[in-house]
Amino acid sequence: MSDLADLTVSEAASSIRRGEATSLEITNAVIARAGVTESHLHAYLTFDQDAARAAAQAADAALAAGDDGGLFHGIPIALKDNMTTRGTETTAGSKILSGYVPPYNATVVRRLQDRHAVILGKTNLDEFAMGSSTENSAYGPTRNPWDTDRVPGGSSGGSAAAVAVGSALAALGSDTGGSIRQPASLCGIVGVKPTYGLVSRYGLIAFASSLDQIGPFARTVGDTAALLEVIVGHDIHDATSYRGDVPPISTALETGVAGMRIGVVKELSGEGIDDEVAAACRAMYEKLAAAGAEVTEVSLPASETALSAYYLIAPAEASANLARFDGVRYGLRVDGDTTEEMMARTRAEGFGPEVARRILLGTYALSAGYYDAFYGQAQKVRTLVRRDFAAAYEKVDVLVSPTSPTTAFPIGERTADPLSMYYADVCTIASNLAGDPSGSIPIALDSAALPIGFQIMAPALHEEQLFRVAAEVERLAEFRQRPELATSEVRPA
Amino acid sequence: MSGWEAVIGIETHVELQTESKMFCGCPVRFGAEPNTTVCPVCLGLPGALPVPNEEAIERILRIGAAFECTLVEGSLFHRKNYFYPDLPKNYQITQYDLPFCIDGHLDIEADGEEVRVGITRVHMEEDTGKSIHGSETGRIHDAEYSLLDFNRSGVPLVEIVSEPDIRTPEQARAYAAELQRVVRSLGVSDARLEEGSVRFDANISVRRAGDDFGTRAEVKNMNSLRSLQRAIAYEIDRQIALIESGSEVVQETRHWDEGSGKTSSMRSKEESEDYRYFQEPDLVPLHVDQTWRDRVFAGLPELPAVRRHRIAATGVDRQAAAVMVEAGDLADLFDEAVSLGSEARTVGNWLSGDVVAYLRRNETTLADTHLQAEHLQELAVMVGEGALSSTAAKDVLARVLAGEGSPRAIAEQHDLLQISDTGALEAEVEAVLADNPDVLAKLQSGDLKPIGFLVGQVMRATGGKADPKVVSELIRNKATAG
Amino acid sequence: MPVDIDIAKVARLARLALSPEKLAEYDSQLQDILEHAERVGALPTEGVPPTSHPLPMTNAFRPDEVKASLDRDEVLEQAPERAGEYFRVPRILGES
Repeated sequence: MSDLADLTVSEAASSIRRGEATSLEITNAVIARAGVTESHLHAYLTFDQDAARAAAQAADAALAAGDDGGLFHGIPIALKDNMTTRGTETTAGSKILSGYVPPYNATVVRRLQDRHAVILGKTNLDEFAMGSSTENSAYGPTRNPWDTDRVPGGSSGGSAAAVAVGSALAALGSDTGGSIRQPASLCGIVGVKPTYGLVSRYGLIAFASSLDQIGPFARTVGDTAALLEVIVGHDIHDATSYRGDVPPISTALETGVAGMRIGVVKELSGEGIDDEVAAACRAMYEKLAAAGAEVTEVSLPASETALSAYYLIAPAEASANLARFDGVRYGLRVDGDTTEEMMARTRAEGFGPEVARRILLGTYALSAGYYDAFYGQAQKVRTLVRRDFAAAYEKVDVLVSPTSPTTAFPIGERTADPLSMYYADVCTIASNLAGDPSGSIPIALDSAALPIGFQIMAPALHEEQLFRVAAEVERLAEFRQRPELATSEVRPA
Repeated sequence: MSGWEAVIGIETHVELQTESKMFCGCPVRFGAEPNTTVCPVCLGLPGALPVPNEEAIERILRIGAAFECTLVEGSLFHRKNYFYPDLPKNYQITQYDLPFCIDGHLDIEADGEEVRVGITRVHMEEDTGKSIHGSETGRIHDAEYSLLDFNRSGVPLVEIVSEPDIRTPEQARAYAAELQRVVRSLGVSDARLEEGSVRFDANISVRRAGDDFGTRAEVKNMNSLRSLQRAIAYEIDRQIALIESGSEVVQETRHWDEGSGKTSSMRSKEESEDYRYFQEPDLVPLHVDQTWRDRVFAGLPELPAVRRHRIAATGVDRQAAAVMVEAGDLADLFDEAVSLGSEARTVGNWLSGDVVAYLRRNETTLADTHLQAEHLQELAVMVGEGALSSTAAKDVLARVLAGEGSPRAIAEQHDLLQISDTGALEAEVEAVLADNPDVLAKLQSGDLKPIGFLVGQVMRATGGKADPKVVSELIRNKATAG
Repeated sequence: MPVDIDIAKVARLARLALSPEKLAEYDSQLQDILEHAERVGALPTEGVPPTSHPLPMTNAFRPDEVKASLDRDEVLEQAPERAGEYFRVPRILGES
C-alpha cells in the first residue's frame, strides 16, 4: 500500500522512526483521506486540520529532539465526541451541548497528548452514547463504510467508521452496553472495552456511570492493545479508577491458544443470531480448537435477563447524569418566564427522542413505589450475571460469542422500534454488567460483503488473556479486506 | 399553653472548614469573589467526577464520636435528585440509609433542668451554590431574576438530625448552643450562624399531654440563637391557637421573618417530592474499620461539658468556667496558666471578666492580643506576693493585652508595684504614728476603728504603693506592742 | 401485564416540557419497554444482594489539598446568560 493513511499504527510508528515518513506526512495523508471519505460517511463532528498539523509538527520536532512518546508518538487518532477537550467544542452528539467548549481535558486526552499523539478531531456518536446505530446523533447519522446505506453501529459509530476507512489510524470510543464492540463488528475493525475502572472516566460525558468505559479502536489487535496501554492507569480524579498495578495487556500476543480453555456461550449461539453470523463464529470455534484450545460450551443462564436489567440500570443512572443539562451554566437555553419553565423547555428541546425516552424510563424506574420492582431488582439480576460469569470462569479462561446478532442493518430500519434497536446489544451487555473486559475482532464478510465480528470476553483485569486469544483469532481469520471507500479511487460525493 | 406540649426536633447543617471542598480541590473560603472558587466538579460540567475529601470524612466521624454515635462500618453515598438552579448537577451527593454515624445524643441544660437529646444520625453531603434574588426585598417571591454564585457549591456539609426530644424553645436554644460548642471544640468548623457555617431548621408540632405526635411544620431561616428560640415560641403558639380554633396544622415548610417576628408558609410544592435516591455510582462504598473508629474516639478532645465541670471543680465560678469554655481559646489559656502553677480562681476571674471585657471593648480576639499563659502566671504570682494590688493587677493586665510587655516590666515602668517589704514600710508607719499620738492612744486603748485612717495616711505618704495589708498589720503590731 | 405509569408526573420529575401528543407516544413506548424489563422480576433473587458497582473497591479518597480553580471568564463565557460575575436565570418559583 502506498497511501500512508492505510498504514497500521505500528507500521506508521516504524516508518517515522526509520525516517521514511514524518508525523506531518502521515497526518496529511489521513487528512486527505478524510477529505475523500467524510462526505460519504460523516464520521466526524469536529475535524481540526490545522490543530492536527500543528500537533504533528510538534511531534516531529519532539522526536528530533530525542523526546519519544512511544508507539503513538505522532500518530493521528480520533476521539469520540463525548470526551471533553479543552478549547474544542464537545457536544456528545446532542443539541443541548451545541457550541459548548470545555475548559478542561479528559484524563485520556491528557495521556494521549503527553505521548505526543496527534488528535484529529471528535467523532460522531448516538446522542450521549445512547444507541446502537449512530442514527441518534443530533448532527445526522454516520454511515457504514462497507455500505453507506447501512449504519456503522453505535454508539461509537464515528470512531469505528473513521478507523475502518483510514481517516484515523486509531480512535477512542466508549462502551456502556456494547458501544465500542458492536460498531467495531459492523465496521470490520478491532475494538475493546477494558475492565471497568482500568481507564479513567474523568472527562467522559457520563451515560451510565457504573457501566461506561473508554476503550480503543484500531485495525489490528496489536495496535488496539498498544493504544489501551497508553490510556490505562489509576487516576486520582476518578474514584472508581482501579488502584492496583496495571495488569499485563500485550504480553501474550504471540503465545497462541494451545492449552487455553475457551467457552462458547450457549445462550448466544442459536436463537436470535443471524445464520451467517452464527456460522462464521462456529467456523472460528473450530479453528481455535484446531489451534490447540480446549473449546467447550458454557451456559450463562442469567444473561438472557441481562438485557432487561441493563435497560433499567443504564437509564436510571442516565436520568441523574443528564440532569445537569438545564440551560443554566452552559449549552442550550430555551427561554421561559421562570427558571423551572426555562429548564423544562431547554431539556425538551435539547434532548433527542431516544435520550428523552431513556430519561423518562430511568426516572420512572427510580421513582417511589417502583424502585424495588425495577431498579432494585435489576441490581440483583446484575449480581446473578456476575455469579454466572464467575462460575463460567471456574471452567474456562475466556468466553466467546458473536459480537452482534446481525451484520450492519439499513439506516432507518430500527429507529421506530426502540426494542428492536435495544436487541442489537444482546451479546455485549453482560460484560458491562459484570465489569469484565471484552473485545470484538473481525473474522469474515457475510454474503452481502458486510463484516462479522467475533467477541472475546475475559475475567476482570485479565486483558492479557483477551488479547492473547484475539491475536490468535486475527491470525486464524486472515481478515484483510478493507471497505472500498478506503481506496483512493473513490472520489468525493 | 396549659395542657399543651410541644415536640421539637432540630436539623443542623454544619459547613466543615476543610482546606478544599468535599469532592474537588477548590478552596473552602468564605467571602471569595463570586464564581472564583469553582472547577469542573463543583460546577457540574459534563464529564467531571467527584472524589471524596478524606479529611472531611475524618471530621464527620469526629463529630459523630463527640455525640457518642455508633460509627457505621459500611456506609454509602447516594444521589438525591431534584432540580434547582443552585444545585449544579441537579442532584445532591448525600447519604441515605447508610450514614456515617447513627444513634448518638447530646446532653443539655435549660431552665435548670438536664435533658438528653437523642441524635438520630449524622451524615455527609455537599452544599449548594448561592442564589441572589434580584428584588428589593431579597425575597425570592418578588424577584424578576436570580444570580448564581457557585463558590459554596460542594463545600462539605454535615447534617445532624436530632430526635424529637426537645420540648421548649429554651431547650432548643440550649441544644443549638451546646451543639455549636461541641463542633467548635472539635476544630472542624467555626459554626457561625451569621456566616451560614451552621444552620438550624426546626421541626415543630404540638399535642395535648399524652396524645400522639401532632402534624409538624418545619421552620427555616433563623439567623441567630435568639431567633431560633423566638421562631419556635411563635410557631408553638400559632399551632396551639390554630387547633384551639378548630383548624388543623398543615405539614409544610415555614419561613421565619425576623422583622415581623412571624413564620409564614413558603410556596407549597405541587406534589410531594420524590427524590429518587440511588447509590452514587461515581463513588465506591466506604469502609470504616474498627481501627479507624477506635482512632477517632481516642483522638477526641475534651468536650465542652466535661471541660466546664473540670474547670468549675478547680474553684472557678461555674459561670466563669462556662464563659471560658464557650470561647474555647480562653479555656485553653486558663488550662495552660494553671498548669504553670497559677491560682485557678484568680486566673479564671481575669479571663472570664477582664479579658472578655477587653476583647469586647476593643472588638478583637484573644489570638490578636499579646496575652500568654506566662503573663497570667507572673501576674498571679505578683498578686500572691503582694507586689501588686488587685486593682493594679487589672491595670497591668489591660496593658499586657495591649502588648506593652510582661506584667513585671509594666508594673515597674508605671510605678505600680506595692511596697510590702516590712522593713521599708516600718519607717513610714513610725512617722505616721509619731504625727498622730492621739490616734495611737485610741488604738492602744483597744479602739481599733481609727486603724483605717492610719493606713490611709501611710498610703498617702508612700504615694499609694504600700501594701495596705502589710501596713495594717504593722500598725496593729505597734499599737499592741506599745 | 400492563405497567402503571403516570407519564405526566414522570416528565415533571425529569423536567421535560413535553406536549400531550409526545407524552402519549412516550407512554406507549415505555409500556412496551417496561413489559420487557419486568422480566427482571422473573429470576429468583431472594437473598441476592444488589450490585451497584462492578469492582469490589472501598474508600477511594483524595487528600485535603487545594488545586487550581477555573478562570472565571472561561467559565462564564459558556453561560447562556451572564450578569457580570454571575450566572443569571429567570425568576425561580420554588424555594429550596
